[in-house]
Amino acid sequence: MAIFRMALTVLKALVKRPATRKYPFQPAREFPGTRGSIRVDIAKCVFCGICSKKCPAGAIAVNKDARSWEIDRMRCISCGYCVDVCPKKCLAQDTAYAPCAYSKEKDTFKSA
Amino acid sequence: MAKRTIIPFGPQHPVLPEPIHLDLVVEDEKVVEAVPSIGFIHRGLERLVEKKDFVDFVYVAERICGICSFIHGMTYCIAIEEIMKIEVPQRAQFLRVIWSELSRIHSHLLWLGLMADAFGFESLFMHSWRLREKILDIIEETTGGRVIFGSAKIGGVRRDIPADTLARIVKQLKGLEKEIKEITDVFLKDPSVLHRLGGVGVLTKQQAYDLGTVGPTLRASGWAVDMRQTGYAAYKQTDFAPVVETAGDSYSRCAVRISELFQSIGLIEQAAAKMPDGPLDIKVTGTPDGEFFARTEQPRGEVIYYAKADGSRFLQRLRVRTPTFANIPALVQMLQGCELADVPVLILTIDPCVSCTER
Repeated sequence: MAIFRMALTVLKALVKRPATRKYPFQPAREFPGTRGSIRVDIAKCVFCGICSKKCPAGAIAVNKDARSWEIDRMRCISCGYCVDVCPKKCLAQDTAYAPCAYSKEKDTFKSA
Repeated sequence: MAKRTIIPFGPQHPVLPEPIHLDLVVEDEKVVEAVPSIGFIHRGLERLVEKKDFVDFVYVAERICGICSFIHGMTYCIAIEEIMKIEVPQRAQFLRVIWSELSRIHSHLLWLGLMADAFGFESLFMHSWRLREKILDIIEETTGGRVIFGSAKIGGVRRDIPADTLARIVKQLKGLEKEIKEITDVFLKDPSVLHRLGGVGVLTKQQAYDLGTVGPTLRASGWAVDMRQTGYAAYKQTDFAPVVETAGDSYSRCAVRISELFQSIGLIEQAAAKMPDGPLDIKVTGTPDGEFFARTEQPRGEVIYYAKADGSRFLQRLRVRTPTFANIPALVQMLQGCELADVPVLILTIDPCVSCTER
């Protein structure tokens, strides 16, 4: 009977394990290549500002005089273009996404 | 004659997460006319091209749509590559085919779920999306993003799929094929689904042609038109025929998309089997000068990218004609004479993506 076509699928799903995961209690699924949040090794940074010029979302601000590197995590779209263009390879991309936040603050990194 | 009333539909409506507004002129329960209005989420991305370097704009082009993102990025790349006469390496061409087809599978499964939700079959909706999640896992594993692939770039692709991963993906898709068949059989054979879709919103072959319909909506009305046949990327080295249905109703539009799911799995298998070794991209030097129309097939139909460059780092003009925009006249035609309760189903049968339509 055609009307019971779905019933079989539903019954099978009833005895199977849930397809979803209990996210905050269980970690979200990640892959080695997942594009997550951007990490900077500020000691290696030469403050050339290429990442900030190339960033499609305008999330990165670099100040050569103050020797500071700033990222707005809320604007970042995790495309990984800054990681590709960085000449010193001081940028890297984590597999985890940026954590949730209560306020729109920028992450500032300063080099001595 | 019954009294005419205007019922507003959208821009906020439970069936559609995206804003499109329709003024439905109804007589009793029958829709006699539908007046669409769009433009609620215009973001001006085409204008942004004048301020972004043409190489960097790929990332913006990809974000025009959240579902067929890869094909948007790829079509932009094809337009620029054709202007600059760049020969893209073969391996990159095949990878583009694989990612295009993966995005087609995920888009069609998403659509099947939304469709089931529109006619009130909640468990079918959940099961369609359960399968889509497995495709999203494959996409995330190979490109790093769930729906924004970020793997297209001018001159090639950004990432590679190693041979062993590719073999595993093909095996995985083979297994998924059975599960997809189980779910799609419900769409094609369940009497309650047939009752909601059969004979609803008929678009005749002539109407489909006259209104400039594209994609599965056009193919469901009997036209074998598929932009993949033009042979962009590596499609000329694959073997496939467009899926065609002739009835032109909602059921055929559903059937076309379901057959395309299996066709896409077949295309990925073909591409994986023929995948050559070699470089992923070539270095892009110089600036584009000229103009080009790039046409590719998205899950929703044909997308056109027109790019005009004058030899500087910034394009002069970029114009995107998205499939949903081309299908809105067909939608208005379908809505005339339908029951008010069928309106959400009919709107969904063209698979509207309002974000790309308005950019």
